[in-house]
Amino acid sequence: MNPHLQPTGSAYFIAKETQVPERHTLSVLVDNEPGVLARVIGLFSGRGYNIESLTVSETEHEKHLSRITIVTSGTSHVLEQIKHQLERIVPVHGVVDLTVRAGELGQERPLERELALVKVAGTGDNRVEALRLADAFRASVIDANTEHFIFEITGKGSKVDQFIAIMRPLGLVEICRTGVAAMNRGPESM
Amino acid sequence: MSNGQNERREMSGAEIVVQALIDNGVKHLFGYPGGAVLPIYDELFQQDEIEHILVRHEQGAGHAAEGYARSTGKAGVMLVTSGPGATNAVTALQDALMDSIPLVCLTGQVPTTLIGSDAFQECDTVGITRPCTKHNWLVKDPNDLAATIHEAFHVATTGRPGPVVVDIPKDVQFAKGTYVPPQIAPRMSYQPKVQGDLEKIKAAVALMASAKKPILYTGGGVVNAGPEASHLLRELVDLTGFPITSTLMGLGAYPASGRNWLGMLGMHGSYEANMAMHDCDVMVCIGARFDDRITGRLDAFAPNSKKIHVDIDASSINKNVRVDLGIIGDCGLVLEDMVRLWRATTKADKKALYPWWEQIARWRARDSFAYKQNPDVIMPQYAIQRLYELTKDRDTYITTEVGQHQMWAAQLYGFEKPNRWMTSGGLGTMGYGLPAALGVQIAHRDALVVDIAGDASVQMTMQEMSAAVQYEAPIKIFILNNQYMGMVRQWQQLLHGNRLSHSYTEAMPDFVKLAEAYGGHGIRCDKPDDLDDAINEMISVKKPVLFDCRVANLANCFPMIPSGKAHNEMLLPDEATDEAVANAIDAKGRELV
Repeated sequence: MNPHLQPTGSAYFIAKETQVPERHTLSVLVDNEPGVLARVIGLFSGRGYNIESLTVSETEHEKHLSRITIVTSGTSHVLEQIKHQLERIVPVHGVVDLTVRAGELGQERPLERELALVKVAGTGDNRVEALRLADAFRASVIDANTEHFIFEITGKGSKVDQFIAIMRPLGLVEICRTGVAAMNRGPESM
Repeated sequence: MSNGQNERREMSGAEIVVQALIDNGVKHLFGYPGGAVLPIYDELFQQDEIEHILVRHEQGAGHAAEGYARSTGKAGVMLVTSGPGATNAVTALQDALMDSIPLVCLTGQVPTTLIGSDAFQECDTVGITRPCTKHNWLVKDPNDLAATIHEAFHVATTGRPGPVVVDIPKDVQFAKGTYVPPQIAPRMSYQPKVQGDLEKIKAAVALMASAKKPILYTGGGVVNAGPEASHLLRELVDLTGFPITSTLMGLGAYPASGRNWLGMLGMHGSYEANMAMHDCDVMVCIGARFDDRITGRLDAFAPNSKKIHVDIDASSINKNVRVDLGIIGDCGLVLEDMVRLWRATTKADKKALYPWWEQIARWRARDSFAYKQNPDVIMPQYAIQRLYELTKDRDTYITTEVGQHQMWAAQLYGFEKPNRWMTSGGLGTMGYGLPAALGVQIAHRDALVVDIAGDASVQMTMQEMSAAVQYEAPIKIFILNNQYMGMVRQWQQLLHGNRLSHSYTEAMPDFVKLAEAYGGHGIRCDKPDDLDDAINEMISVKKPVLFDCRVANLANCFPMIPSGKAHNEMLLPDEATDEAVANAIDAKGRELV
């Protein structure tokens, strides 16, 4: 025993995290088979990683491939772990950290877009104002009667956030967002 | 049933299962029947290529298959029914996942039309086992069944090995489908990288050649890479003259009698191994994963070293410890490159390592596994040493349960070969050793298989004595009986003011009578002078044996890296007074556990 050394605690040594978490967008190409999304989500919940947004859909029907876009946050160390842990999943073909890739390509960040449907109900001035602002945001009306509009808006998450915020006092009653779809600029594929 | 006639043949799902097992080289199957696997059991009844071992609990089937796998290098196979059959297998699956053991588990499932209806003995097997397997499948079409089972064997045994589950609904077992033989059509998404990056291996060899205080730290990955990897490791040690230590899982890859052997490292590892890890300048980690029982306090782990890490799993590299050089690949193949490059490029000057070896000799002289001998009471360490001396010249396999006895076995039983040591490392599953011994004995009929057990652990899967008797598997269950959950008690002494909350077993069964009740042989020994005769009796009995070895009740396992401390802050046996033990971890530390 070295009594001069202060005991620090537990059988499980918990190091203080000094790094600042970063927000990254990952693209995961997977076989479109039952349970594959559960494997990905289970990995995140089981290992305590964050999911800020998750989008999934089949992208290549003949090859049965789906593309999952995940926005997550963590230190660079955790982000590297997430990538390698995802790659371990048997039906995962590949994982690209789009944020890292953007940096390698000399770009600021990957292209990210989100679609939202926003239902606003009301009459009178609020209704006129909602339509005017929607026009300014290039949101289109996809359903309406005399008492409501449903707007479709596409853009960066921050633009969608802003649109929702200004619709709130104008009779906003329902929101549906798709989550982020993302890819890198330039001619190369993932 | 030869392979030739099975080309694309029409069969029932159950026939497909049995044929696929045969075609994947399965000779033994550990299982337990039930409603949802009856068609498969009916097929098993009508063939004689696969021997089925009937266990007494599905967890036992899992550990037996693990022991079988670990001792042979082949996949272990188990067959259980739906619902409770599957849930009982979960502990063994997670155990195999953490220790990278290839295990193929076939589970019955309720008919596809009943899935989701809360049917009798239904559970969401693929959902429950998803996080505790490398991969799992629910097969809904008998035409997919053969290919799925072949793929299951491929996934379980390649890359970093692990457990897989194939869940087969009962209607699929009855339905007709087309059998396809195993073929090499690996799925695009699963392509484990086995060959290490040559440039990185060159850099590693250069770094190793420049080391003044190097150490090799190896693990279960070397054992998993096959006997050739262990051979290459020995060659690398001879060439370089480096000292070598190993994790619990890696024991036997380098012989304990080897000159460069420092003993196991980690929480209960040797003083010399841990001190050498702490003071080294170049650490070469091969097939180990910087587990928290190994590293101790992370911010004081080998602070002045360059670290090389060879692992087949990319996610193991930089997970717990940041390394300078990560090499992804099969340990055997990377070792082959290392040995070749070292021979080609390095003029070994072993004299440069003399000061390092002198330092190591000083640490060795502390004799950290020493204990006080007692003429009247069997010391647990003494029992292991005698067991070792009396069994080392035989064809011996050792399994263990989990606790103090496991650590003493790891410290004091010298392993000369890989695949001779079966223990639950990552998950720490009490109850592993007895069924694992059964699995080992089934694979090695003439070998001496000893489960070094604790009195508490062994009662968790004691029922498999009945299976051992049924299959005339003469396993030897060597119980270090101190009437305590020794390791729990040791931690209560360290962390909880010696308040021994529920760690004492007041009603201990009579193990001798218990052995006899099962149809085995019971031995009790409580005198050091009688021990050798008793062990020899155990070895010579051709039956399963429960050996009740009454040892000193309050012995503790040292040396030990106390909670959250660094490698160079070990508590050594000669320093472990009652006061030092009580104060090893302070109040602040106690809160954190």
